[in-house]
Amino acid sequence: MTSLHLVWQAAAVLVGGGLLGLVYKGFDRKLAARMQARIGPPLRQPFLDVGKLLVKESVVPRDAVGWLFKAMPFLAVIASFTVLLYLPWGPFPAILRTGGDAILVLYLLAVPAVAMALGGFASGSPLATVGAQREIVMLMSYEFPLAVAVVGVVWRLATLGGGPAFSLGAIAAAPLWTMVGPLGVIGLAILAACLLVVTPAELSKIPFDIPEAETEIAGGLMVEYSGTYLALFYLADAAKTIAMAALVVTLFAPYGIAGLLGLSGAGAQAVDLVFHLLKIFVVMFAAVTTVRVAMARLKIDQVARGFWLQITAVAVAGLMLLVLDRMVVG
Amino acid sequence: MGLSSFKRALWVFHIATGSCNGCDIEIVAALTPRYDVERFGIKLVGTPRHADVLLVTGPVTRPMAERLKRVYDQTPEPKAVVVVGGCGSTSGVFYDSYNVVGPVDKIVPVAAYVPGCPPRPEAIIHGVVTAVAKLEQLAGEKR
Repeated sequence: MTSLHLVWQAAAVLVGGGLLGLVYKGFDRKLAARMQARIGPPLRQPFLDVGKLLVKESVVPRDAVGWLFKAMPFLAVIASFTVLLYLPWGPFPAILRTGGDAILVLYLLAVPAVAMALGGFASGSPLATVGAQREIVMLMSYEFPLAVAVVGVVWRLATLGGGPAFSLGAIAAAPLWTMVGPLGVIGLAILAACLLVVTPAELSKIPFDIPEAETEIAGGLMVEYSGTYLALFYLADAAKTIAMAALVVTLFAPYGIAGLLGLSGAGAQAVDLVFHLLKIFVVMFAAVTTVRVAMARLKIDQVARGFWLQITAVAVAGLMLLVLDRMVVG
Repeated sequence: MGLSSFKRALWVFHIATGSCNGCDIEIVAALTPRYDVERFGIKLVGTPRHADVLLVTGPVTRPMAERLKRVYDQTPEPKAVVVVGGCGSTSGVFYDSYNVVGPVDKIVPVAAYVPGCPPRPEAIIHGVVTAVAKLEQLAGEKR
């Protein structure tokens, strides 16, 4: 593969991922509105919002640490779009592949949250500082169950001899569900459920929108951001939504339907890509849209305790089942 | 892009300068499923930094005047102010109060007035849309 070819592919994934993120955001808002018996904004609303934000003045507050305040939106965008390059896209392997890309993706997913927290601290507003502290607490709470879910899948695959450990390509190539015994299937289902609970927290959506909490801390982290900087965070959020949902799909449902339909060649690739995007949409709809319509915001202590005790306990139980499965099945 | 971007993506910040809460409830009513302003791309935001339009209610009490000015300055350009309710438009029943320094247009430039005590949600939506039209007109004259 020539390097020029690689650049083209990367550009396609980045532009496609960004557009897809905004389109999915549009679907999210429309569907949430329909569930609340509203008509809701048009599907292109996120594009209109970004377009408008780019025309607005970008204010840097007097009390802010200027360079940090300005740099963080770029860091958030770069990190969340880089994740897209490491994820396999249905029939197409990831653009960038290394041995341990599952670990790399976990860390890259944490970077936008850290960038937002640093930007919040740098903006010199007490509301943003409160939001930034909450973001950091959230990050520390959900990171452990997230890691347990990923490590569980990776470890079980490695014991079954499926390719290099911590490689997303290997995970996508060998769906675990049919390779493990009944205990393993239960364990995997538990880990998948944990990952679905972590997804809205990772994306700071209701009931985990505590760092942004518009009605109590006036937008929290984002309180001083305006114009282009806000648009960049908006884009980062859109890309991160896609990345997180794609990670769930890659870990737990990397199936294609082209084989079932008896297709091959370019047609099969196209069908599988569409099916992959559909699965990403289903994950986003189940874990983000319906949850944010059905629930109210939790308190930060409830989230920290819930993730550290209950969700971690459930995730570890899932991991134990996988270990038992290894003892029984081998 | 340009100012036409504001037509269908308008973020609104609500500031109460000593209102009786009547107008504020009507603003919230405009967000409910019955009126659903989100279908026009209008969204209520939590901070003036994100806002395009300031919805000001209340007759502007003495302590709030300074805050109103400050919130106006915090809002990034281009921006428009819409006064909601009779108090903010004309000082209303508080016209001779010792503690009222309003109406709103004495403190910050106003693009549209929505009279009423309180105005209906339809009137508020109309006011916001009028403000956008005025914003575009002003920008056109400047060019």
